[in-house]
Amino acid sequence: MASSFTRLISKRNTAVLLAGLGAGTAGFLLSENSSLAAEAKKKLYPPSSDYPDLRKHNNCMASALTPAIYAKLRDKVTPNNWTLDQCIQTGVDNPGHPFIKTVGCVAGDEESYEVFAELFDLIIKDRHNGYDPRVMKHPTDLDASKITHGMFDENYVLSSRVRTGRSIRGLSLPPACSRAERREVERVVVTALAGLKGDLAGHYYSLGDMTEKEQQQLIDDHFLFDKPVSPLLTCAFMARDWPDARGIWHNNDKTFLIWVNEEDHTRVISMEKGGNMKRVFERFCNGLKQVEHLIQERGWEFMWNERLGYVLTCPSNLGTGLRAGVHVRLPKLSKDPRFSKILDNLRLQKRGTGGVDTAATGDTFDISNLDRLGKSEVELVQLLVDGVNYLIECEKRLEKGQEIKIPSPIVQFRK
Amino acid sequence: MTKNCHNDYKMKFSRDDEYPDLTQHNNHMAKVLSKEIYDKLRSKSTPSGFTVDDVIQTGVDNPGHPFIMTVGCVAGDEESYEVFKDLLDPIISDRHGGYKPTDKHKTDLNFENLKGGDDLDPNYVLSSRVRTGRSIKGFTLPPHNSRGERRAIQNLSIEALASLEGEFKGKYYPLDGMTDAEQEQLIADHFLFDKPVSPLLTCAGMARDWPDARGIWHNDNKTFLVWVNEEDHLRVISMQKGGNMKEVFRRFCVGLQKIEEIFKKHNHGFMWNEHLGYILTCPSNLGTGLRGGVHVKLPKLSTHAKFEEILTRLRLQKRGTGGVDTASVGGVFDISNADRLGSSEVDQVQLVVDGVKLMVEMEKKLEKGESIDGMIPAQK
Repeated sequence: MASSFTRLISKRNTAVLLAGLGAGTAGFLLSENSSLAAEAKKKLYPPSSDYPDLRKHNNCMASALTPAIYAKLRDKVTPNNWTLDQCIQTGVDNPGHPFIKTVGCVAGDEESYEVFAELFDLIIKDRHNGYDPRVMKHPTDLDASKITHGMFDENYVLSSRVRTGRSIRGLSLPPACSRAERREVERVVVTALAGLKGDLAGHYYSLGDMTEKEQQQLIDDHFLFDKPVSPLLTCAFMARDWPDARGIWHNNDKTFLIWVNEEDHTRVISMEKGGNMKRVFERFCNGLKQVEHLIQERGWEFMWNERLGYVLTCPSNLGTGLRAGVHVRLPKLSKDPRFSKILDNLRLQKRGTGGVDTAATGDTFDISNLDRLGKSEVELVQLLVDGVNYLIECEKRLEKGQEIKIPSPIVQFRK
Repeated sequence: MTKNCHNDYKMKFSRDDEYPDLTQHNNHMAKVLSKEIYDKLRSKSTPSGFTVDDVIQTGVDNPGHPFIMTVGCVAGDEESYEVFKDLLDPIISDRHGGYKPTDKHKTDLNFENLKGGDDLDPNYVLSSRVRTGRSIKGFTLPPHNSRGERRAIQNLSIEALASLEGEFKGKYYPLDGMTDAEQEQLIADHFLFDKPVSPLLTCAGMARDWPDARGIWHNDNKTFLVWVNEEDHLRVISMQKGGNMKEVFRRFCVGLQKIEEIFKKHNHGFMWNEHLGYILTCPSNLGTGLRGGVHVKLPKLSTHAKFEEILTRLRLQKRGTGGVDTASVGGVFDISNADRLGSSEVDQVQLVVDGVKLMVEMEKKLEKGESIDGMIPAQK
């Protein structure tokens, strides 16, 4: 299977390598091969005529995209012919919310982050606390044995979960991929997963082919993902050809789960009821390493580089792409006016138990790490572990009528 | 402009790997697009970069409904209908009653050729309306155009419409920039169009950059209305309360011709050819692009066993009063011509006028408890 693609990807890998070394970041200009019509059109429509109206917008793309940057990048294309307009379409179509700053921009392929670096680097800095991809390096560390105090008090923590994403190098990302590429992602991943054994052995359920019974079971297990309805995703072309080549794989124990071709090539999830975050993270790291090994055996690899860590569709998920979190009961602390500040300082985020953009039900919250890039997986999971332990400590103290303190803020690149 | 234009790269994958899964689908595109046709067309692209995958994306993403056959494809520019003939000609034939690639379409915007139409009973016919679309030569269509093109279309349209006088004197309201009061008024007048929510349109890329360069123009009398940059470059609507379809059609023809003259002077006439008539985004609107219709009270007739058959024979179509894909309210239906291509504007409006007149008479008969069996028309 890889042989029909190695010719393709070797050329692209070279481009990526060169770009990563700082060479050839000019990308590919719409070249001599362009039809006369395309050339004439460029003259008729200077970049200023195409510059989007972003006056009502509040997202990272709108903050960063000046007319000058747009003019410089508009006529560039990645080796796969992906353009700036395609990257920013979602941000143009979704002005955003005064309180929630979305990213407003996606990559169509690994090279997008190089060819359109002038825009993406600014967005990355904005979103990831000042991380500067031009000078900084992102650490990767998947050694779960380093985690300490990773067993939570189960009177408070109901479940523990770690997720990330992985992209297959040489194939375009969900906004840009053709049906053939998407099917190839599915083939590569499903073939690899079939090689997992022991507690990781499992089964793949294609979204288009699953039986009603299988579907119901996956819903009951809270594993099923559905066609995206959020315009943030649909305007980024990620729902095309649904449900072609989309599916869910999970191990027989239902503790390790992989989504194929949703918002990223793969989303990898390790989860369990209860508070054993250490074990969840161990399985996460172990599973990831095994999958990586299995795809490498067939000549494939994950998209990764030193500047950006793991490369994913949304710039917000660069680096580790890792969200480690718990469902935790905090009835007293959540009503304390200092709750938000405490979370802030611990670099934690709260969500409702339905995930992003949902409200909390009762006193149970989804608490997870805010950061993704600039710190390793181990660092982020440890931050989450220490943070949640702190929150539980606060809750216990409030139960006893004792005082609690706002912790000092954790060091960032900039404040 | 360059949407999904990585065709050369895609050509390295096999036809079978790229061919869409249409096994769950029921739309015109799915019926026609064999692997052979896909293979033939996948290497092509129009001068502006529109490819067969762009044409069919909406049909792939929207499998359709067992009862309602949607078209499932769009054009990105005038040349799409030529470059992708092998796909679009059979779809056009399927959708437009067997229209052949060699057929010629007749355009007739001479309102004087319409017989009658000024005497539909206003006790039954509540309002009359004729709409069509126009595409402006030299620009790509809504699924494909860039912001720069869309804005140029808007500017040209504003200039053209601003020069209209007399009964056509009016004002342009850009979607992004109207006041709350203006918006309220446009909603109350049933003029305002909103960002498309139908996935048939959004999957075809037509809602990109909303509401940039979209707007509504209408005359001071509120009887002539133009939508700019919605599903087509222009949608032109003539309407008024009551049953005087003749007057509605007169205003429609006169207004359209005035607008066309102005665009021609700017070297941007309307897209038209003698085979397909007026070129629009959706193949279903080729030819006249005309939907002439009325809101008419037919509580008894609409529940009659032969209602659907009567409509079919009269070459008419029913919709709810909210327009396409809505249900009727209180026995009031939107009745309009079913055809677009292969007959002229006059022909189509004549069918509406004659057909609605007959149906109102049937309604009256049914009110008196009499039978309408003797009135069932032959197939037109």
